[in-house]
Amino acid sequence: MQDIIYLMLRRMRLPLIVVILAYTISITGLVLIPGVDDQGNHWRMTLFHAFYFVSYVGTTIGFGEVPYPFTDSQRLWTSLAMYLTVISWLFAIGSLFAVLQDPAFRRVLAYATFTRSVRKIKEPFYLVCGFGDAGQLVVNELAADHIRSVIIDLDEVRIQSLQLENFPIDIPALCADVTDSSTLLAAGLDKPECAGVIALTGKDHVNLTVAISSKLLAPDLQVICRADTHDEQANMASFGTDYIINPFDTFAERFAMMFQSPSMFLVYEWMTSIQEAPLREFAAPPRGTWIVCGYGRFGKAVQKSLSFKGLQTVIVERDISATAAPEGTIEGRGTEAITLYEAGIELADGIIAGTDDDANNLSIIMTARDMNEKLFTVARQNLSNNDGTFNAANIDLTMKSGMIIGRRIIDLITNPLLTNFLRMARTQNESWANVLVSRVAGTLTDQAPETWTLTISEKHTPALLEAFRKGQDVTVRHLVTDPREVGQRLPCVLLYMTRANQSELLLPEDDTVLQAGDRLLFCGRRHAETHMLWTVNNFHALNFICTGSDRPSGTVWRLFSGHRAD
Amino acid sequence: MNLEKVVFAFFIVLSLTLNFGFFIGDLDDPNHHNVYELYAALIVSLIATILKFGDRAHIGAVLLATSLVADLQLIAAAIVWTISEHGTRAGLTPMVMSSIVSLSGGALLANITSVVILVTETVMFRR
Repeated sequence: MQDIIYLMLRRMRLPLIVVILAYTISITGLVLIPGVDDQGNHWRMTLFHAFYFVSYVGTTIGFGEVPYPFTDSQRLWTSLAMYLTVISWLFAIGSLFAVLQDPAFRRVLAYATFTRSVRKIKEPFYLVCGFGDAGQLVVNELAADHIRSVIIDLDEVRIQSLQLENFPIDIPALCADVTDSSTLLAAGLDKPECAGVIALTGKDHVNLTVAISSKLLAPDLQVICRADTHDEQANMASFGTDYIINPFDTFAERFAMMFQSPSMFLVYEWMTSIQEAPLREFAAPPRGTWIVCGYGRFGKAVQKSLSFKGLQTVIVERDISATAAPEGTIEGRGTEAITLYEAGIELADGIIAGTDDDANNLSIIMTARDMNEKLFTVARQNLSNNDGTFNAANIDLTMKSGMIIGRRIIDLITNPLLTNFLRMARTQNESWANVLVSRVAGTLTDQAPETWTLTISEKHTPALLEAFRKGQDVTVRHLVTDPREVGQRLPCVLLYMTRANQSELLLPEDDTVLQAGDRLLFCGRRHAETHMLWTVNNFHALNFICTGSDRPSGTVWRLFSGHRAD
Repeated sequence: MNLEKVVFAFFIVLSLTLNFGFFIGDLDDPNHHNVYELYAALIVSLIATILKFGDRAHIGAVLLATSLVADLQLIAAAIVWTISEHGTRAGLTPMVMSSIVSLSGGALLANITSVVILVTETVMFRR
C-alpha cells in the first residue's frame, strides 16, 4: 500500500508545482497592477484579495470583479490568469486521473488488496496456481465445502471471470507470474494457515517451479502437482512433491480397469464424480482391435494400457518421427475416411480420438462412426467449453483432463478416506464390485452418490460418546436408520472405516459395534448425511433409535413416568 | 551530479533565505517585515515540499517532514496576517506583528534543519 502512495506522490510532483506557479504568477500580477476605486483613487489589491480572486477564477466559479470594478490593465491580466490557472488545474486533475487509471498503478493496487486479504485469512486455505478447468473445479468444490483458496494465474481474463462467480466465501485472486517466488510468498505460502499448494498450470515446468519453491520455502507443506509428461513427473517426485497427478495416466488406468472389471470402473466413476452429476451406467468396451488416433502423451498412455490388457491396437499419427510412433503406424490425422479405412476401421471394435485438438477429435469420431456403426468411441476433450458439442456427439467415454485432475485433488484434500477406500477396493474381485454396485444403485435413484466422512469423537458425535459412557452399544445399523422413521434406512452405504488402532474395514457389516476414534466413509444422498448428523448429535434421537422408546427429557416427566433421573 | 538534488537544494535554501529576510528586524515593527517576502517564502517552501513528494529514502522523508513543518508555520503566519488586516478592524498591532514574526521564526528553524540535513547528506555521499 505504501508503494502506491509513493508512486502517486511522485507522479503528482510536476502538476502540483505547475498549479502553484500559475497561482503565484496570477496573484503577483494582480497585486502589482494598480486599480481605481469608486471614488477614482488609486488602489492596489492586497495579497489576500488577489488570492481570493484567483482562487475563484481558477476553479471557474467566477463572482465578478471585487472589491471595485477592474481597470482595463487589470482585466487584461485577469484574462491571462484565467487561462493559466484553469489549464494548470486541468493538468493537475488530468494527471491524477491518469495515475489512477495507469495499468502499473492498478497492478500495484490489485497486489496490495490481494496481500491484505491474504494476510487477513485466519483459517486453513489452499494456494491454487493456475485457474484453468481443473483449477476452477477445485476452487468451486472447495468453496462449496467452505474451504478457502487463494488463486494466482497469469491470465487477466480468468482472474476477472472470478469476480462474476458467486462464492459463499471471499477468494483472493491475483494476476501474476507464479514462477516468481515472491508472488507465492505474497499469496501466503509461509503463513501457518496455508494447508497446501496446488500447481495446476498448463505448463509442466511452471508446476515444477512452484513445487520446488514451495518445498524450499515451506518444507512441511503438502504440494500437489499436475504433470503431463513422465520426465517432469520424475523430476517432481525427486524432491518430495506429495502428490503428482498425470491426467493421461490416470485416465489410461481407469480405461484399463473398464476391460478388467466394468463394475470396479463404475465404483471408481461414481465415487469420484462431481457433486450432483447424473448417475451414469457405462457399457463394457469390446475386447478386440482398437484404433488410436494421435500418438501424443494421451495416445501413448492409452495404447500402453490397451497392450497391457492384451488388446491389438492400430495407431494413426500425423507426425510419425516426432512422436516416435512404433512400426506399422498409419500416417494421417484420422479425420479423413481414407486414413481410417487404411487402419482397418471396418473390422475394428473401438476408436480413440486422442489428438490435442477438440474439433479434430470430434471429426474423427463422426467419420469413424459413419464407416462402422458398432464402434465403441472414446474421445479426449481438451477444453471444457466444448462440453455441449461432446455431449451432443454421444460419445461412449470422454476424457476431460481438467475434470480428472480436479476430482483427484478434491478427494485428496477433502476426503482422504476415499483414497484409502479406492486403494483397497482395487485388490477386490469383480463379484465384490458387482455386489457394491448393486447395493449403491439400490439406495440411489438417478444421481451419482456423494461421499462424506464421519469421525466418532466428542466434538463431532457427542450423543454417541454419551451412549458409550453409559455402556450402550451402538452399531452401524443404528447410524444408518432414519431418525424420523425407525425401521427405514437412510439412502446411504457405509463403504469403509478405520479404527483408532489403525485397522481398516472394507464394507463393514451392519452389526459392527462403533468405538470412539472410528472414521467412517459413507456414500449416498446428501440429505442422508444431515439426518445422520441429527442422530449422532442428539442423545434422545439416538436413544429412540436404539431402544425404540421415547424417553422423557424433562426432570418432571421423568419423575412421573418413573424413570431414574440420570 | 544529481539534478533532482540540486534543484531541491536551490528551493530549500531560497526558502531559508527569504524566510530569514522576513524574520530579521524588530519583532513587533510592521515596517521591518514585508508581506511580499512572506508570500515569496511560502510559495518557495511549498515548491520545496512538493519536490520531496514520493521520496522513499529515509533522509528524503525527513526532509519532507521538516519542510512540511515550515509550510505549516508560514501558512499560520499568513492566516494571522490576513485575519488581522481583513477580518478585524484592529490592523497590524505590535502584538499581532510579533506573533506573525515568531511563527515565521519557527519556520526559519525548520528551514535551517532542512538545510543542515541537506548539507549532511551532500557531505556523506560524495558523488
